[in-house]
Amino acid sequence: MRIRIKGARVLDPGNIDGKKDIIIKDHIIEAIVDPEDIETRTDTRIIDARGLIVVPGLIDIHVHLREPGHEYKETIESGLLAAARGGFTAVCSMPNTNPVNDNRQVTKFIINRAKELGLSKIYPTGAITQGSFGDSLAEIYDMKQAGIVAVTDDGRPLENPNIMRRALEYCKGLNIPIFVHAEDLSLADAGSMNEGFFATFWGIKGIPNAAESVMVVRDIALSELTGAWVHFCHVSTKESVEAIRQAKKRGVNVTCETAPHYFTLTDADVKDYDTNFKMNPPLRSEQDRQAVIQGLSDGTIDVIASDHAPHSVVEKDVEFDMAAFGIIGLETSLSLSLKLVHDRFLTMEELIIKMAKNPAKIIGINNDIKPGNIADLTIIDPDLPYEIDPESFKSRSKNSPFSGIKVKGSAFLTMVNGKVVYLNDKC
Amino acid sequence: MRFTKKDILDIESLEPHEISMILDTAQGMKEISERPVKKVPTLRGKTIVLFFQEPSTRTKLSFDIAAKRLSADSISLSKSSSSIVKGETLIDTAKNLEAMKPDVIVLRHSSSGAAHLIAKRVNASVINAGDGIHAHPSQALLDMMSVREIKGKLKGLKISIIGDIAHSRVARSDITGFSKMGAKVFICAPGTMIPMGIENLGCTISPDIETCIEGADVIMMLRIQKERQGNILFPTEREYAMLFGLNMARLNLAKKDVIVMHPGPMNRGVEISSEVADSDCSLILEQVTNGVALRMALFYLVAGGGRNADSN
Repeated sequence: MRIRIKGARVLDPGNIDGKKDIIIKDHIIEAIVDPEDIETRTDTRIIDARGLIVVPGLIDIHVHLREPGHEYKETIESGLLAAARGGFTAVCSMPNTNPVNDNRQVTKFIINRAKELGLSKIYPTGAITQGSFGDSLAEIYDMKQAGIVAVTDDGRPLENPNIMRRALEYCKGLNIPIFVHAEDLSLADAGSMNEGFFATFWGIKGIPNAAESVMVVRDIALSELTGAWVHFCHVSTKESVEAIRQAKKRGVNVTCETAPHYFTLTDADVKDYDTNFKMNPPLRSEQDRQAVIQGLSDGTIDVIASDHAPHSVVEKDVEFDMAAFGIIGLETSLSLSLKLVHDRFLTMEELIIKMAKNPAKIIGINNDIKPGNIADLTIIDPDLPYEIDPESFKSRSKNSPFSGIKVKGSAFLTMVNGKVVYLNDKC
Repeated sequence: MRFTKKDILDIESLEPHEISMILDTAQGMKEISERPVKKVPTLRGKTIVLFFQEPSTRTKLSFDIAAKRLSADSISLSKSSSSIVKGETLIDTAKNLEAMKPDVIVLRHSSSGAAHLIAKRVNASVINAGDGIHAHPSQALLDMMSVREIKGKLKGLKISIIGDIAHSRVARSDITGFSKMGAKVFICAPGTMIPMGIENLGCTISPDIETCIEGADVIMMLRIQKERQGNILFPTEREYAMLFGLNMARLNLAKKDVIVMHPGPMNRGVEISSEVADSDCSLILEQVTNGVALRMALFYLVAGGGRNADSN
């Protein structure tokens, strides 16, 4: 099968930006040609992409797929369909499944299942510690051989700083990053939303900014001590952004991500005990939201990742303090992030760096648009207006706070290994 | 004028004229409890479920007596006797209750927002009898009723609330209610017990108890919840009493006709000295008496003629 993507702007930051046609043969990018070149072959499927942008396949490095163990919330299949629909050619799955991905068998299961499906790809992350209990290191090398790209105990912090230090030293030798869920549990004190006036108003126990930033500062110090690579997940506070900014200036080996909800919503949006606004870290203040946007603009924040966390009504249709933390994000991430471009906080190029290029760098793959590379591509319609409707989602769960929000722009087509895994027929 | 609210969930959602209407109605109900036969037929044939997921003596008894004095059938359900212990969710329990067609559900629950959660899903009126650390509207309303009864007004009064504001649903509802009705609310507590942004509810944080009490018309002491807090919020009860306890010397800083209130149960010798608790300015037992009348008013307004017919 030969495919020609015709008439689009091809944007691969640092590599190409211009009107080009891309020719895909089997699973490989065969050639990048001038749009004026006449197509002579008749066996080529033409994808009309005029007015659209072709970019390297978007990668969401923070996704909970729930399989094995919690298939009623999400399966690998439903999660990857959601990823494809969101424009993501690949995702990193978090290891907090049941059983936890702390050994090669689970890693292999995930990878094989994804291969069978032939949808978007999975680059799994493994647990740092056995069972993510924070006590003993998991077999990280063995999991890396099996295909993990990073380790994390996401969902919980590695509380003991000495174990964190040893984990960093160990991972440095394996050249694998640690994704840090930065949270001091005693400071978080079983809170359910951001500490501040709105928590006081609703009578909900608050989680202070410092619950995140003291751990960010701790792990910056441990990265400095060991020289190992720390990647901070879901940065949400102005203090964390500032600490990471300063650390980067000093040359510390840190990277970080934030999620669309942290630059879109604040704790003022938590209303009427709607648990679709409950996630960890919580929605912060307007000042924090601004700081996150600033961090994205000045390059402190490297990556936008959704922290896609599916939950069913069993976990969500309950008292606010009893509800599970987390919201889904795969199918809203790109649209919400495009708003940063429409609002001129980021250029399109910068957005693609944060959603495709930097994620690839962090997990050690090359998704450049060039002849000979695997054809993992996303075609974006940057301007198509629509209203977010969770009922239309491919995800098994509907726990999104963005229902009814009007946005502009989304994925038009997602291509993995040269195969179209999603096509938006509304464009 | 009609009372149009289906539910009583918090003070925030009540307009000042609705608060006045509730207090007026309660004042009228008070006399029923003085009669030799303490019962009127107003809510005959109405069913009221008292669903108390959290322990309570005073509030539950008060609601129960209020229901019975209006001739409603009241049924009590506690956490241990409900299917919650079998793993049923609050929403499912509420829907099951609803299927038995009660007119009013009174809910006490340890989670903030629990009453809001079920109010959206049942046709019965829901009265919040305390949810987590969020709201306790009937307590705040009876506090306002008690103060208004003595002082003749609420507007312009200096109300001093002292104690664990952070973990008190009574404090939140009182601050909101009294400030809504035009009183000036001052609060005082150790820094560990003042929640972030509380002043935006309509109160001023006093630097010490003396400043807080000075010139006060009403002093409301909140219970220190020893059983919940270990000792990271304050070191000892002895030191707490030294810094934040109400004693006679401090009481003298207030207006001559000050009244002292406490939502109970009191820790004598901790937040309030026995001398003050038993003094003439103490309104503590009057609050309990008014509690019955106030809850009768709430039942009447949501389930009786109030919502459907004109009330006077």
